[in-house]
Amino acid sequence: MSQRRVVITGAGWVTPLGTDLDDVWRRLIAGESAIGPIRRFEADTFSTNFAAEVRHFDLVQLMGEAGTAYTDSGVGIQFALGAASAAIARAGLARPGERVGDGIDPRRFGIYLGSGEGSLDFENFVATNLAGWTGNDIDGAAWARKAYACMTAKREIEQEPHVAISYVARAFGLRGPAFNCMTACAASTQAVGEAFELIRHGDAELMLAGGSHSMIHPLGMTGFIRLTAMSTRRDDPSTAARPFDKTRDGFVMGEGAGMVVLEELEHAQQRGANILAEVAGFGSTADAFRITDIQPEGQGAVAAIRRALAQAGIDPALRDASGRAPVHYVSAHGTGTQENDGIETTAIKTVFGELAPEVPFSSVKSMMGHLIQAAGAVELITCLKAIETGFLPPTINLNTPDPECDLDHVPNRARQVEGGVEVCLSNSFGFGGQNDTICVRKFRE
Amino acid sequence: MRRDVVITGLGAISALGVGKDDLWNGLVEGTSGLRRMQRVDASGLPCRVAGEAAPFAVRDFLPKSYRKATKVMARDTELAVVAAALAAKDAGLNTRADDAEPTIPPDRLGCQIGAGLIAAETDELTRALSASTDEQGVFSLERWGTDVGRDGRTGAGGMNHLPPLWMLKYLPNMLACHVTIVHGAEGPSNTITCAEASALLSLGESMRVIRRGDADACFSGGAESKVNYMGLLRMDLAGRVAHTDEEDDGTKIVRPFADESGGVIGEAGGVMILEEREHAARRGATAYARVSGFGAAQTSECALPTGVWEPDEREVERGLVDAIESALGDAGLGAEAIDAIVPLGLGVPACDRREAEALRQVFGKALAEIPLITLTPNVGNCSAGQGGLMALVGALAIHQQAIPARIHTGPAVDGLDCGPSAARGMKIENGLVCTPALGGQNAALVLSAP
Repeated sequence: MSQRRVVITGAGWVTPLGTDLDDVWRRLIAGESAIGPIRRFEADTFSTNFAAEVRHFDLVQLMGEAGTAYTDSGVGIQFALGAASAAIARAGLARPGERVGDGIDPRRFGIYLGSGEGSLDFENFVATNLAGWTGNDIDGAAWARKAYACMTAKREIEQEPHVAISYVARAFGLRGPAFNCMTACAASTQAVGEAFELIRHGDAELMLAGGSHSMIHPLGMTGFIRLTAMSTRRDDPSTAARPFDKTRDGFVMGEGAGMVVLEELEHAQQRGANILAEVAGFGSTADAFRITDIQPEGQGAVAAIRRALAQAGIDPALRDASGRAPVHYVSAHGTGTQENDGIETTAIKTVFGELAPEVPFSSVKSMMGHLIQAAGAVELITCLKAIETGFLPPTINLNTPDPECDLDHVPNRARQVEGGVEVCLSNSFGFGGQNDTICVRKFRE
Repeated sequence: MRRDVVITGLGAISALGVGKDDLWNGLVEGTSGLRRMQRVDASGLPCRVAGEAAPFAVRDFLPKSYRKATKVMARDTELAVVAAALAAKDAGLNTRADDAEPTIPPDRLGCQIGAGLIAAETDELTRALSASTDEQGVFSLERWGTDVGRDGRTGAGGMNHLPPLWMLKYLPNMLACHVTIVHGAEGPSNTITCAEASALLSLGESMRVIRRGDADACFSGGAESKVNYMGLLRMDLAGRVAHTDEEDDGTKIVRPFADESGGVIGEAGGVMILEEREHAARRGATAYARVSGFGAAQTSECALPTGVWEPDEREVERGLVDAIESALGDAGLGAEAIDAIVPLGLGVPACDRREAEALRQVFGKALAEIPLITLTPNVGNCSAGQGGLMALVGALAIHQQAIPARIHTGPAVDGLDCGPSAARGMKIENGLVCTPALGGQNAALVLSAP
């Protein structure tokens, strides 16, 4: 079988900076921050009481009447539906909120998401546990009595991490291969990469891929606060996300969804689709080091980046035909934790060697926080916009250079790239040492 | 040149015991591991029977240097770690866990282990929550967030009652992560979370990873335990648990494909070593079976009991039909080539009816002559672990050229070979394993003689 090529023909997102593809991009290029005090729940006393929340979200506005069926579902599911609707519409496969139309075989249109768990029914969950608490352990009868009195099938089942797929597939009429992966902060990059491999292999012609997640709830914030992974800059939330800056003190939580439509090239060309970029390579590796720490030399990240580049046929040590470094932009994982940013910088230096200082390498997490499982897909979409516009989004709040992070992080101001942006990498690394990198490039025949 | 994928190592832990022999022998002898649950006080739950895993100590399956990590392993992770260690040993692989040169270079060894949501330990969490109640005994977020405890000490407030690594214990990817660390598996790695389909989707992905040359071998399968308060509650709310609080004999509850039946929850880890065929042959490994076909498909009109839509009963089995047909196509086989089937067979009548209908659509009248190998009366419904056990049993059936016994206390089911039967030898060239999951995700695997 001749090698099947895979292109991206649609993209949609729900982010703390908004939901419109181009409007969010303008805000990123303007260096806007979406980070502020948490309004979703009472977090005043939390050591991290701020986040990048999605506000003014209206699924009906994105999906039309079809959206009304989901407005009492959890936010993660709604974000997934909103981003999926936009991506499918942008791909010209259906109008917003409608099922994919004639001429598309739904059995050849699959879905691969890296969606997180659904929203916990926190109040009833806590009340049930406390009702069962004897002071030392759980009284099963009392626990169950309370549980059955206050918990519902809808809210409980919607927490299962495969339900976003079920809802999206039903809403848009997708019947191909369906997967959900949970590789922590790497999940939606992994989902896009694995979906790319499914199309290459011939398992589908079209895949909706991406992720959706919100951990802006009491136990989500608790988990990261206990790990001391988040910024505690309570006095100045809008500058708290400082990837690559010497004063960085942790990441800032975000939420949202990112989705792309991947399509086999000939299929896309036959229906006259607008091609946003080609997926050129994907690398997935495990650090196999420690669950709490990244391998200090970034070996796993290096291996993932190298795999993606090798598949794309790119030698990172060689300049391209225009005399530039062979990758024009790297969307960094760039969380703003001490550990990640230093090691990720090391990994880029290891891969690109002498050319590393010439590879722009920025983090949009400085503006919209860390969307956890949705981060990778949203950041991949920034690469698509970079290819389309020739502009690179900045790393904001980068005022105190860190000698350990001494690459070109596009500090504070967006940049127009002379000669345009042809090749991008998007990195995502998850807790436990899961590393995923995707290489996209401008489509050429 | 096409790279074929074979199964060279089997690791199982379930209610029938630890290791592939306990599982196979238990099935052959018609043993059930379903009994009154010990891990949970089930007095308020609709069913007090479960398929709890046989006793084990996870530290026995770890190198000394990694034993302290057991503190941050949830039950699901323990099941995966044990199953993976058993699989590596069974395959004759030296890994980082052994004092020897690894058989497979770390970057050529992958890991895809299906998982579910991991429930936080109720006692630990509730103890912490109970320290943040107000004067009326109502939980207070203000107290939960504050750093100062009731005794005035800094760092003693609400959430500080949870250990710092609390969340890391419950991330679903920790199953695969611990396995990659223990065995030094640095190749492609994933955690697929699609309920009962998780393990077969993982096995299919591992097969694709090896076929395309990204790894020479992978740990693959699934593990999960829903034998905990939230897991059991959710499975009941999803309609997967029998309402029989007086019955202690699980085999009288679970009667796959019969109308009078109900589901029982189990816990298990089923992990295998998938390996490129030539690689396995060169090192003289036993190939139990070849993974010859994989297919997956979504039932967009699935019967998800969240009330958002009414399932369309004319459509509801279509995803499974599509998945099976894709798997057969991938294997280059027609339905007539299948000698035995390992169906999910939850014993939940609505689910079983749809699964049987899908099988009828694929196999027609011939279905009545194809033995179904059912596991749920023996081990229960082990969620993400189920597909791992099912594929493992399918591989063993091919290896042994035999099918195990079936426990079934219900009436005969028209047109299905699923009633009580003794173990027997039979020629099995190709077997089908299939898992239709709660959320409409379907996966099918064709296993063939190596």
